[in-house]
Amino acid sequence: MKIGVLKEIHSGERRVALTPEIVGSLGKLGFSVIIEAGAGVQADYVDADFQEAGAEVVADAATVWENTGLIVKIHAPEGDEPGMMRVGTFLISFIWPSQNEELLKWLAERKATAFAMDSIPRISRAQKLDALSSMANIGGYRAVVEAASHFGRFFPGQITAAGKVAPARVMVIGAGVAGLAAIGAAKSLGAIVRAFDTRPEVKEQIQSMDAEFLELDFEEDASGSGGYAKVMSKAFIEAEMALFAEQARQVDIIITTALIPGKPAPRLITAEMVRSMRKGSVIVDLAAEQGGNCELTTPHEVVREHGVTIIGYTDLPGRLPAQSSQLYATNIYHLLAELSPARDGELLVNMDDDVIRGATVVNQGEITWPPPPVSVSAAPAKPAPAPVAPVVEEKKQSSAIGRMVAMLLAAAGLLGLGMVAPPAFMAHFTVFVLSCFVGYMVIWNVTPSLHTPLMSVTNAISSIIIVGALIQIDSDNRAIVILAAIAALITSMNIIGGFAVTRRMLKMFKG
Amino acid sequence: MISESMLTVAYLGAAALFILALGGLSSNDTARRGNMYGMSGMALAITATIVAHVQANIGLLVSMMAIGGIAGFILARRVQMTQMPELVAILHSMVGMAAVLVGYTSFMDPAAPASGVEKVIHEVEVYLGIFIGMVTFSGSVIAYGKLSGLLGGKPLLLPARHSLNLMMLLATIVLGVLFVQAESHHSAYLPLYVMTAIAFIFGIHMVVAIGGADMPVVISMLNSYSGWAAAATGFMLSNDLLIITGALVGSSGAILSYIMCRAMNRKFLSVISGGFGMTVASSSGGGAEQGEVNPIDSVEAVQLLREAGEVMIVPGYGMATAQAQHAVSQLTRLLQQHGINVRFGIHPVAGRMPGHMNVLLAEAKVPYDIVFEMDEINSDFPDVDVAIVIGANDTVNPSALEGSDSPIAGMPVLEVWNSKHCIVMKRGMATGYAGVDNPLFFKENTRMLFGDARVMMEELVQQIHD
Repeated sequence: MKIGVLKEIHSGERRVALTPEIVGSLGKLGFSVIIEAGAGVQADYVDADFQEAGAEVVADAATVWENTGLIVKIHAPEGDEPGMMRVGTFLISFIWPSQNEELLKWLAERKATAFAMDSIPRISRAQKLDALSSMANIGGYRAVVEAASHFGRFFPGQITAAGKVAPARVMVIGAGVAGLAAIGAAKSLGAIVRAFDTRPEVKEQIQSMDAEFLELDFEEDASGSGGYAKVMSKAFIEAEMALFAEQARQVDIIITTALIPGKPAPRLITAEMVRSMRKGSVIVDLAAEQGGNCELTTPHEVVREHGVTIIGYTDLPGRLPAQSSQLYATNIYHLLAELSPARDGELLVNMDDDVIRGATVVNQGEITWPPPPVSVSAAPAKPAPAPVAPVVEEKKQSSAIGRMVAMLLAAAGLLGLGMVAPPAFMAHFTVFVLSCFVGYMVIWNVTPSLHTPLMSVTNAISSIIIVGALIQIDSDNRAIVILAAIAALITSMNIIGGFAVTRRMLKMFKG
Repeated sequence: MISESMLTVAYLGAAALFILALGGLSSNDTARRGNMYGMSGMALAITATIVAHVQANIGLLVSMMAIGGIAGFILARRVQMTQMPELVAILHSMVGMAAVLVGYTSFMDPAAPASGVEKVIHEVEVYLGIFIGMVTFSGSVIAYGKLSGLLGGKPLLLPARHSLNLMMLLATIVLGVLFVQAESHHSAYLPLYVMTAIAFIFGIHMVVAIGGADMPVVISMLNSYSGWAAAATGFMLSNDLLIITGALVGSSGAILSYIMCRAMNRKFLSVISGGFGMTVASSSGGGAEQGEVNPIDSVEAVQLLREAGEVMIVPGYGMATAQAQHAVSQLTRLLQQHGINVRFGIHPVAGRMPGHMNVLLAEAKVPYDIVFEMDEINSDFPDVDVAIVIGANDTVNPSALEGSDSPIAGMPVLEVWNSKHCIVMKRGMATGYAGVDNPLFFKENTRMLFGDARVMMEELVQQIHD
């Protein structure tokens, strides 16, 4: 089958769907490639390179549409592109089916088969196909680069001859792929990075990148299906906003990446928070396309409000065209490898395969979107955590009551004892209780590595019981004398043995 | 003959010295001085008591003490460091027996109070002292048997063991009432004898039901009991020194038991009621497929070690049984000579008694400043290139953290799987004491080095030399 690659006509787009390297690899899968002249120029892939890799370069887009059975693109067909589409064509590109129903209908009319790169299920097997992740990764990196270039200061802290420079403080909201990439990039530039996410399971990931996880004192799990976050409760959002307001006053850079699939981006940074930031601070809003996480974001543009630069670029991956073309092309290659299991250059749309099922939005003229939900295999259903908080409180209370009851009982017991016991006994009892406390205090100080010597030495001194035998041994009663003598025998064995073995061990510990 | 007040002063001095002895153990530097304090305190107490109380039978006493002392000294000299738990157990049994004997002598003593509240209190003290002493004695003997391998390590569970225990306790209380209310001194002996026999069986029954790996708790508990026995004896003899010492030892053992239970995430009562590891064994059988293990030989293991910068050694009871500590120490020195940073991570319940691993490593001259407690180093594993697990199993089982239905769920474990590579030395694929499969063995970064720990260690040492 012949694959067609077009010059992207989307305004400002500099990426290209395939790279020369991948053209070569596709040849091994049995595909040949026809490419529109100049398609890769803005991403530094020239026509000669494509030709060398085995692609046929043609002058205009119409020729490409005419002569190929499969079109691979970055953006969904727009402008006069759909008009050029042949009946029964295959298409791979970002499609965003939920926002492009017109296009879906058009594709269905043309009996096309379309695979949406944005509808690849987010399961581990499909990671190498996941263009959203690879683009988000680039976007996260670029967000930091943009922030750094608009930020009038250093990222790393330095002590120079001309004075001390404090390191930049960066807050990243949303620790998905983009957020983690941003954390990594900001960290390697030397900033102090903290990050927040509504999903508690990403805490470890954040900490593994050596960033600080901003904890919210609130119990709610935001993990929706498919590894995305879900909409949170009102109380949770209030707590979250309070945290952001506090952080806004402290940090220099905010990078927001919070998205909820199929919904406008949540408003997390209010105008008030922007006003409270230091002059010269920078906000990069990666959710600008979906309306922005920051109230003052203008999509596609950089604006300055209250002395804060707010970057609303929606084409951050496209600003690294060579890099993103390379990763996107690799994603395409892996999708084609899945679609062509026989490696004969023919496409086999296996709708029983979770990954292919998810990606296929139109199959031979039939709209197959949305797909049935795919469950993430590793995440077992979690019981609702909501009732946890009150239960814990009750427990605490009852244990406090329990302690009080225990103390009262102990006091009553002692009082009862004091009423019947003779004074001599009470004197001994006092000594006993005080000694228990002394023991308690002293023993907690013993270093754990000396627990064995502790046992042998306490064993030796517990043989102080020999004093009992000594007191009795002078008795007139023969039986007492014999018993006391035996007791003296075994306790002295214990005393000498215990101390000697302790000594031996401690000698070793001296090393 | 010295005055009563002088004797009290001597006892006060001895008690203070004992406290200093325990305080000395707070660090390695002061520990030996602490032991000296303990010995001085003991010498002071014994000498003062002899001077104050013993005249007629001094010859008998001195010869008895000499025999016992020499026997103890030889024992302490000869014992292998791997056998420390056994030695401690048998020494505990002697304290228990001594408490029983002194209890009987105190009861026979005609000087004991003959009437009124004093009589009742004294008899209750005698009764309690003998009971605790006897339980300590028989329990320690069984613990010794289990630790030395004379008895099997598996818990022995009688069908109605809880009700049996309860009945024995009830019988003890009833007999106690009979004992105190006995018409004559003479008729009180029978309940006392019967109670002693019950206490004997009770001690045996309690320890028999507890499995091998719970021994750290048992040993600490018996340690504690021997202290309470001494304290009870102190009450019956109205002797403050015994009370103080007994209370010190008793609380020491109690704290150790608590630390050990916490390290296993288990309740003291559930350990003592025994039977752990038997009922749950089946739950591992139904587990999903575990995947492949990756066995390696010593040559490959040495390659991993040569490339490593950070090595963490995690020893367990298997190192003690194989007597591998000297080879481990040798390997440590060799790796250090190659510029590799070697540390040890010790789980609190590794081995058969508290601090067991530390003693073995100290014996093999592993410097103690590279030996760390679990809590100190558990977060360092991601930076470790190779973790070597020697004869440990349950203490490095990831299912304690991951599987909520695992019988060892919630037990703190050493997170060796976070290191880049993990070499597990083990004789075979058997489950640990808890009877739980160990997913660690099937992890991608785990390599199994099958064989006897000492033999394998010596092979490693040999390979590195070459």
